[in-house]
Amino acid sequence: MKRTWMTMEGNEAVARVAYAVSDVLAIYPITPSTPMGESADAWSASDQANLWGTVPRVVEMQSEGGAAGALHGALQTGALATTFTASQGLLLMIPNMYKIAGELTPAVFHVAARALATQGLSIFGDHSDVMATRATGFAQLASRSVQEAQDLALIAHASTLQARVPFLHFFDGFRTSHEINKIELLDQLDMRAMIDETLVQAHRNRALSPEHPFIRGTAQNPDVYFQARESVNPFYQACPTIVQQTMDRFAGLVGRQYHLFDYAGDPQAEHVIIAMGSGAETVEETVQYLSAQGEKVGVLTVHLFRPFSVAHFLQALPRTTRVITVLDRTKEPGSTGEPLYQDVVVAFQEGIASGLAGSSPRIIGGRYGLASKEFTPAMVKGIFEEMKRAEPKNHFTIGILDDVTYTSLDYDPTFTITQPGTVQCVFWGLGSDGTVGANKNSIKIIGEETANHAQGYFVYDSKKSGSVTISHLRFGPQPIRESYLIGEGQADFVACHQFALLEHFDILKYAHPGGTFLLDSIYPPEQVWEHLPGEVQQAILDKHLQCHVINAHKVAQETNMGGRINTVMQTCFFALSGVLPKEQAIAQIKHSIEKTYKKRGDAVVQRNFQAVDATLAHLFAVPVPAREAVLSATNGARGEASGTALSQTRRQPIPLPVLTRRPTVSPEAPIFVREVLAPMMVGDGDQLPVSALPNDGTYPSGTARWEKRNIAAEIPVWDASICIQCGKCVMVCPHAVIREKVYEPASLAGAPASFQTVDARFKEFPGQMYSLQVAPEDCTGCSLCVEVCPVKNKSQVGLKALNMAPQPPLREQEVANWDFFQTLPEVDRTHLNLAAIKNTQLLTPLFEFSGACSGCGETPYIKLATQLFGDRMLVANATGCSSIYGGNLPTTPWTFNREGRGPAWSNSLFEDNAEFGLGMRVALDKQQEYAAELLVRCSSQVGEDLVRKLLQADQSTEAGIHTQREHVAALRQQLQAGLRDETLTPEAHTDMGSLLALADALVRRSVWIIGGDGWAYDIGFGGLDHVLATGANVNVLVLDTEVYSNTGGQSSKSTPRGAVAKFAAKGKGTPKKDLGLLAMAYGNIYVAHVALGANDLQTLHAFQEAEAYDGPSLIIAYSHCIAHGIEMSKGLDQQKLAVQTGYWPLYRYNPDLVEEGKNPFVLDSKAPTLPLEAYAYNETRYRMLLQSNEARAEMLMHEAKQDVQDRLTHYQQLAAVAPEPVQPALSKEQNHA
Amino acid sequence: MPDLTTTYLGLPLKNPLVVSASPLSKKRDRVRQLEDAGASAIVLYSLFEEQITREADELDCYLNLATNSYAEALSYFPDLEHYNVGPDGYLEHLRRVKETVSIPVIGSLNGVSAGGWVEYARKIEQAGADALELNIYYLPTDPEMSSNTLEKIYVNLVREVRTAVQIPLALKLSPFITALPHLASRCIEAGANGLVLFNRFYQPDFDLEAFEVVPHLELSTSHDLLLPLRWIALLYGRIPTDFALTSGVHRVQDVVKAVMAGANVTMLASELLQHGPGRLRQLLEELDQWMEQHEYLSVAQMRGCMSQNSVAEPAAFERANYMKALNLFDSHLPG
Repeated sequence: MKRTWMTMEGNEAVARVAYAVSDVLAIYPITPSTPMGESADAWSASDQANLWGTVPRVVEMQSEGGAAGALHGALQTGALATTFTASQGLLLMIPNMYKIAGELTPAVFHVAARALATQGLSIFGDHSDVMATRATGFAQLASRSVQEAQDLALIAHASTLQARVPFLHFFDGFRTSHEINKIELLDQLDMRAMIDETLVQAHRNRALSPEHPFIRGTAQNPDVYFQARESVNPFYQACPTIVQQTMDRFAGLVGRQYHLFDYAGDPQAEHVIIAMGSGAETVEETVQYLSAQGEKVGVLTVHLFRPFSVAHFLQALPRTTRVITVLDRTKEPGSTGEPLYQDVVVAFQEGIASGLAGSSPRIIGGRYGLASKEFTPAMVKGIFEEMKRAEPKNHFTIGILDDVTYTSLDYDPTFTITQPGTVQCVFWGLGSDGTVGANKNSIKIIGEETANHAQGYFVYDSKKSGSVTISHLRFGPQPIRESYLIGEGQADFVACHQFALLEHFDILKYAHPGGTFLLDSIYPPEQVWEHLPGEVQQAILDKHLQCHVINAHKVAQETNMGGRINTVMQTCFFALSGVLPKEQAIAQIKHSIEKTYKKRGDAVVQRNFQAVDATLAHLFAVPVPAREAVLSATNGARGEASGTALSQTRRQPIPLPVLTRRPTVSPEAPIFVREVLAPMMVGDGDQLPVSALPNDGTYPSGTARWEKRNIAAEIPVWDASICIQCGKCVMVCPHAVIREKVYEPASLAGAPASFQTVDARFKEFPGQMYSLQVAPEDCTGCSLCVEVCPVKNKSQVGLKALNMAPQPPLREQEVANWDFFQTLPEVDRTHLNLAAIKNTQLLTPLFEFSGACSGCGETPYIKLATQLFGDRMLVANATGCSSIYGGNLPTTPWTFNREGRGPAWSNSLFEDNAEFGLGMRVALDKQQEYAAELLVRCSSQVGEDLVRKLLQADQSTEAGIHTQREHVAALRQQLQAGLRDETLTPEAHTDMGSLLALADALVRRSVWIIGGDGWAYDIGFGGLDHVLATGANVNVLVLDTEVYSNTGGQSSKSTPRGAVAKFAAKGKGTPKKDLGLLAMAYGNIYVAHVALGANDLQTLHAFQEAEAYDGPSLIIAYSHCIAHGIEMSKGLDQQKLAVQTGYWPLYRYNPDLVEEGKNPFVLDSKAPTLPLEAYAYNETRYRMLLQSNEARAEMLMHEAKQDVQDRLTHYQQLAAVAPEPVQPALSKEQNHA
Repeated sequence: MPDLTTTYLGLPLKNPLVVSASPLSKKRDRVRQLEDAGASAIVLYSLFEEQITREADELDCYLNLATNSYAEALSYFPDLEHYNVGPDGYLEHLRRVKETVSIPVIGSLNGVSAGGWVEYARKIEQAGADALELNIYYLPTDPEMSSNTLEKIYVNLVREVRTAVQIPLALKLSPFITALPHLASRCIEAGANGLVLFNRFYQPDFDLEAFEVVPHLELSTSHDLLLPLRWIALLYGRIPTDFALTSGVHRVQDVVKAVMAGANVTMLASELLQHGPGRLRQLLEELDQWMEQHEYLSVAQMRGCMSQNSVAEPAAFERANYMKALNLFDSHLPG
């Protein structure tokens, strides 16, 4: 039978099987497993049936804990149930995993294995999560490639039914989950044949049912728990054999034979590496190469890790093995070795004891590949070299340079294995230009339309705007097994889709000598050479590269493709790579375009077709100057410069390189930034040794300012003559790249000639000057500042006081202006009236230049909080967008002011953020209390007057806080003097020392708990509710984007009815949860519902009131988001419409007003003036339902309007309620009575 | 009872009241109400090629936005199985409207590209339209484009569509054409079966508070009748084709004037938007009464009786009329 081959990601390959053999799927998004849940949800939404012809139920839960609970319930009720997860998500499932296993329940969890958050969070792949569950009683089955992930997914589902042991099937996050590879598909018949109906029935028969009731889940006493726990042993003993039999059955059916432990290499091997996951694939590839060279080496791939079958293990190893290296992709600090190593050691000990093994080879263990660290054949060879030593290093690391505890092995990084016939291609692009999408298409075309095998893997940086992507594509006649990136000097084809990247990155390091270089260039072929940085010219000459250019952006513009050059560059790739004859390639590209875009409309297809057709006429070979000529010119020039005599004659005028790559960061940057963060910025972080990195996860603040990403095509230009200095532009800027200052005219000394200044229009600052300045290399070009500018040019109303203009010609000038602007003095915040927007915007933001999406709706709120409270702020940040743009290395936008004060920021987890913040508050309160106690105890040394001032300070204003800081400074002096006084008692010394350490706690602190709606409405809601209920003085800021933005737009309980989101592909059918109302129900919580774009002053007041309120405060902030499917520059308009349609009412609930005899609830927005559609249908999330299922869209819109009306009516009633009269005090007479 | 029947584009109609292309035809229930109230035919709201293209482009743009940029969020929306972008929604609606009513249903098309006109015209025919109204609206802003070039585009377009479809074609024109009779005549030669005079446009207006240009559309009044009335009266008998008068038909007198100028049918939208479909019934009763009172036996008898060819003073439709009006106005001036 001819089988189907398809080119797909590991996640899809697994989800396809899991969906087909399940009837209930409980899901929750977590990278890198999310796409499995998304696929399942989409299939369910489109009524795709499973193996039994029925559409599986897919239920999204509020957390992985919830998903595991739901799954447990479904399993107990007889469902064939599955889930997908990773990392912390898997940890949240552990309690239920023990239950599911303890109850001998067939189930499969598919895990895209990922690192755990320790000193830092990582979304990338290793086995730390899986290893943390190895005691749960789940069987653990490891796949090492996309093909295996598909196959073993089915083997897991088939085995669990027979074994009654639940299975955790895992494969490496990103490396396998996101790798696209050509695989042979399992079809429905295979799955049918593998899933035994009688076992399915047996599972269903064991389910809870009132028809034959029993109870399961008892509490057991010391008398029986132990015995009952041991009762499961036969199942674990039988499990390995069941899995092997299932693998054998699979082999009989499909042809691919797997074993619990698969050995490859020399049958007489002396040196054997044992590994599992994608790393084993690399080892095997290297073993094959080395064996061919005559080396006695081998590899044992572990598929079934739990239950660990000693017999099968020992049987699989050659008897000739002398040295074993066990590789673990995890770290278990403090253990005798990592898990697989321990098992191997134990297996030999037990084998010897039981007679299965004669003696034990030497066994060493090593760690590799944590968080997707590259693991290459060079490293494998290094390990084999180490094994040959008389005393090989145990507990080693490979792939890093450990210069602290010297665990790392040396290896020769230049060792490579290239499979004959495999073509390797690397593409540099930006996220926004469609490079990755095009390459995904290309690899599918090659995989499915040619006889070639193909592989695609994609590397992204951690920025959400202007992110750099590198695509690694391989294709060739043999299956592509390389589970690592294309190495330096190995690519046959290198493409650079953005000319500007040449400025920062060593693009051509990947190029193989004689390879092809394709460059998107605005310069024509005859001019491009002189615009290349010298390093690029040199690489082209050294490697004899064939160079081609295309002005892809021009072709894209002319064919209405906008900034998406994907189709153009894809066509160039096919034209140059020769993988297919040109005509056939073009036909295939068009076919692929049609397949991808047809459903989005013929116009889209035609537009792409035009781009394909227009491309080849614009693709040119670049005449590369003769190497000798260039070298002579270069040498000559260098010779002159260094005073050496000119020894060669220039044969022809070749322009010298006038450009070189720019330094990554300014030489003025702090040393840590220059030496540690800068290499990370340009992708060289792999080279950093262990000693370079902080050992406790602590990194300096204020580092984003050194990362000049220079990503804006256009930046705002200030028209000072019409500006009214309202500060709105500064307030809305998501990236803090536009600032205003008021200063004395004398400060202008030394200003660059182009620096703009006008008379300040602030009544507080008579006679002073005003400047508005843009940071040109930090701006993302989102244009929100221009959109919000209220001033129009009287003669040309299309112009405002800020107008976008191309950045390149302005860059150098504005860099100088920005540098000067920063030298201007900061405003004295103690004398500012902070009730006005324009004044608050003079305050320095302590959150700047984040890598959030261009035009982000969240960051302006965070920035505002830092302007107002940043110098005394502690931030607990839930995992999500804000923790990524806030704290993903290399740099952080959280920064400090000139006094060195700034927000103290930390991210604990996703689910526990409220509790984390409460912990901060409790500690601060205790420290303040203890400091006050110490003050009293130390009053004789400190002075009664200062103690009184410190304890009775009014810190409700900026001036009060300033005074308190002065008093604390005085206190420090007194204490330091006291500590020098040896006449004082030891007790007094102890108290003074303690007080000195705690003195800062006497200054008012502001605790902010920040996170998105995924945290606040869903996974962290229980904790948030509890923290609010404690009455503690914390400020909670919910950045409400109404979806899980960070993981790609999954529905949360904040998602409104009628909007389409992932996990709500049919449009959400239930209303948005009213978090504010729930909080208000407590009566003692300050609650505000704000939308900066609709009413900035209300937002400002809400922040100030929330912070001032001595109790819990909750601000729910409308945050427009890329996941709404809007033009981000119109985000503020959308906020306004959200309020004008009544969708997002603005209100403040201030319990303090009750004491004043007022209604605590103030509705700040007016009755709706527009229908809901006027807001909703500007957004793709609503409109796409209209375009896909009009009847449902209309029904949900009707209901959504009712939701809005009901909510408004309720609020109006709340606002109209007269405050309850304060209970009159009893008169003396009544009292007596 | 006077005979109200008429023909338009070769379609026999029970009376000269046709519903013009407007939002009135967006809901099937409303179309049924219009038929019940006496509409003799209905022109469906326009299929705008530009809108279809824009919707497709927007959907594509936002589904693509920020995709494949960041490892945790490689996309932001589920890519659904199917989207109603393109003409499918319109065609389906047309099909259903045809099933709902028994009066003729005329499709309406507003294209931009040559290929678009032909493709969509064919699809509208296939969906069951009894006729097709081509709504040509091109605003020439390029000083290099001559009226000649523009007119050629119009005529070629009609010719191409004519070749592609069998159903009758009406051509809806704007009044802002230099030599309207000539262009109209060439279009009829090219295969159009009738002229619809005239198109009404959204005219941009200024918002003086926001300093913004805002689209603006006012419902017509009877005053708007005069422009098409004059042109139909001028063209009737000169160009052998059917005429539909649209713009400004509100009262029974407007209907009568239109027919007397030479219109086969009058088209209504503003009046029905303001007063509901029931207004048609009223107008028909009034027409009946008016004809009885004025002893007209049939619409056919009335048709064209006040066209330029038929009136005693043909110059009244031309420039002399203009002079006369000015003189009259002059007499009201003080002093």
